[in-house]
Amino acid sequence: MKPDDSRITTVEVLYFARLREAFGCDSEQVAVPESVKDVAGLTAWLRQRGAAWAHELAPGKPVLIAVNQDMAGADTPIKSGDTVALMPPVTGG
Amino acid sequence: MTVRVQTADFDIGAEIAAMRRGNPKVGAVASFIGVVRDLNEGDRVAEMTLEHYPGMTEKALEKMVAEARSRWDIYDALVIHRVGTLKPGDQIVLVVVTGAHRSEAFDACEFLMDYLKTRAPFWKKEQTPAGARWVEARESDDAAADRWS
Repeated sequence: MKPDDSRITTVEVLYFARLREAFGCDSEQVAVPESVKDVAGLTAWLRQRGAAWAHELAPGKPVLIAVNQDMAGADTPIKSGDTVALMPPVTGG
Repeated sequence: MTVRVQTADFDIGAEIAAMRRGNPKVGAVASFIGVVRDLNEGDRVAEMTLEHYPGMTEKALEKMVAEARSRWDIYDALVIHRVGTLKPGDQIVLVVVTGAHRSEAFDACEFLMDYLKTRAPFWKKEQTPAGARWVEARESDDAAADRWS
């Protein structure tokens, strides 16, 4: 029997504005262990990549997150097939 | 209820005329236009580029308009936001609200602008003599939006 964390959750992650430039990409398919169940878990998982990820997603940095185009909070659940957008604070108008 | 995100400019006169046409009950029209300034944080701005999150932007704006309609007794609301490259003097955003009386129309118009500034996924990058930079969000905009909650 395989250990639990061999199962994965696959989400599409989008990056906008400053974050897109910092990470050098506008979207990617991310496969995370099934133990990653919410927005906070996903950002923590991305943060462990280090470099720009650790810097831009450091705790306390203002980052807005949308799940399937609705603004989300740290405890918003994520599941396979979801689209998660990481965005700097907005500056329209 | 109408929400449009577009690169093209807009004509406030034509938009208001379209909203009033066939609606003799309209007694008040409140509007706001945002314009690109040539100065920000003490630096000259040569031009700016507006980026957004296609799909979510429209959804977020429609949600704000629906909320304005539920909070105030208004007839209709229009939000047009431009994206792409804009220069000082260019129009960026238009909000128009129609209603029977001015008070509700003014409040709904201001609410829509305050919410748009803090909740709609748009980002500005400006070109200055020192180079390109992303515009930072302002705490005063958060405070303006908070007074409606």
